[in-house]
Amino acid sequence: MNDSPAAAIEFVNVTYRINGNRTLISDLNLSIHRGETLMLLGRSGSGKTTTLKLINRLLAQSEGHVFVDGRSTSEWDVIQLRRHIGYAIQEAGLFPHYTVEDNVALVPRLERWDVARIAVRVREVLQLVGLPCDEFSRRYPDELSGGQRQRVGLARALAADPQILLMDEPFGALDPITRAELQHEFLELKKSLSKTIVFVTHDVAEALMLGDRIALMDSGKLKGIFSPAEFLRSKDEAVEPYVTAFRATQQILNSGA
Amino acid sequence: MSLPGFFVAHKHEVLTLMGEHLWLVGVSMLLAVAIGVPLGILLSRRPALKSLILGTNNIMQTIPSLALFGLLLPVPWIGARADRLAILALTLYALLPVVRNTYTGIAGVDAPVREAAIGMGLTSRQLLWHVELPLASNVIVAGIRTATVITVGVATIAAAIGAGGLGEFIFRGLAMVDNNVILAGAIPAALMALCADFVLGLIQRSLVRRPARTHH
Repeated sequence: MNDSPAAAIEFVNVTYRINGNRTLISDLNLSIHRGETLMLLGRSGSGKTTTLKLINRLLAQSEGHVFVDGRSTSEWDVIQLRRHIGYAIQEAGLFPHYTVEDNVALVPRLERWDVARIAVRVREVLQLVGLPCDEFSRRYPDELSGGQRQRVGLARALAADPQILLMDEPFGALDPITRAELQHEFLELKKSLSKTIVFVTHDVAEALMLGDRIALMDSGKLKGIFSPAEFLRSKDEAVEPYVTAFRATQQILNSGA
Repeated sequence: MSLPGFFVAHKHEVLTLMGEHLWLVGVSMLLAVAIGVPLGILLSRRPALKSLILGTNNIMQTIPSLALFGLLLPVPWIGARADRLAILALTLYALLPVVRNTYTGIAGVDAPVREAAIGMGLTSRQLLWHVELPLASNVIVAGIRTATVITVGVATIAAAIGAGGLGEFIFRGLAMVDNNVILAGAIPAALMALCADFVLGLIQRSLVRRPARTHH
């Protein structure tokens, strides 16, 4: 179909040090396939968010290379690179002085799409994340619930139709019911969109449910990459605590039922 | 002579001095904003300069105004005319609140908002115009408001070096030991400060995020 490389994102011997001494990521090698959802799972401080930020160059590695669509991120024009990649974060980071519509339309406007195309696209992506455009487009972020804000954040990340989507604990701050709802919709969404998604989470259940593959990180090192089924079967000592915790929760739930 | 009588009798002089006063304050504030806002933006980009610039400004504020007018007298071109000198001194006084509030306003933008903006590919300039300045605008206007009120007051001292303004009446009244003459300068100056405070307050309130709206 095209001659683009199989990996949408590739880390080659990547090390990231802060202020030249403390190592947050060491010698990371990771290949993220086109169209897959890769979960970066780990505890806080494991380096998963740092890894994510190396992709859109919010951080720059100290050693090694990160390739996006076959091109090293240091060769990309950084603004072009970021507009080429959707980015959704935990607090959504919506602009409080912009309406929902203006928030979602931001990147297409910066990319100078024509007005009619932007209007169509805003309606389309809001629909996609379950927010009827007529009801929500004129609202401001402080008139939305946490779940709705997160949906707008996702719509904004999708607006310019990027082929790669980075999500940093996007459902982390939501109440359990809203979170389950959004996770469920995310599953539907990723099926229909076929984008490359890198998703940071510390929640095993979320990783197992949403990921095609799970990359487990600990103290700045990649401990392994697993499919959800492999992850549950793994005897790897880095994986076991997660699986044990996950099973314990399930057992409590089952015995209560 | 009664105070109202004085105003009627000296109508033209009152208006002239008010005009001069307004001019001194207006030009100084325009300069203070034109210099102070970019300086505040520079600080937000180069925090290392913070102690230098805010420190210098702070010292400026501690110099008694009368002394500052005197100290600037030998400066070439500036010292040649009283109004230039007064405007420079007033600008220096007005600078600190404008610089500090611009910096504080920009620094106060929520971290996730800034991170999302940068992550989506806004350039530094787009970040400034689309995000930081709009969100900081009410804090910046609050700084301009403080500075304006201070400047209206300090500008009365400009009369001591012959730069005119409502201070003329105040100094003359002091020399004549005539309270009415002092009040003829002090009352319009106070009213001017109140008006500036009120108008800038309205602007500031209109900038708080967005007009309040109810929604159901």
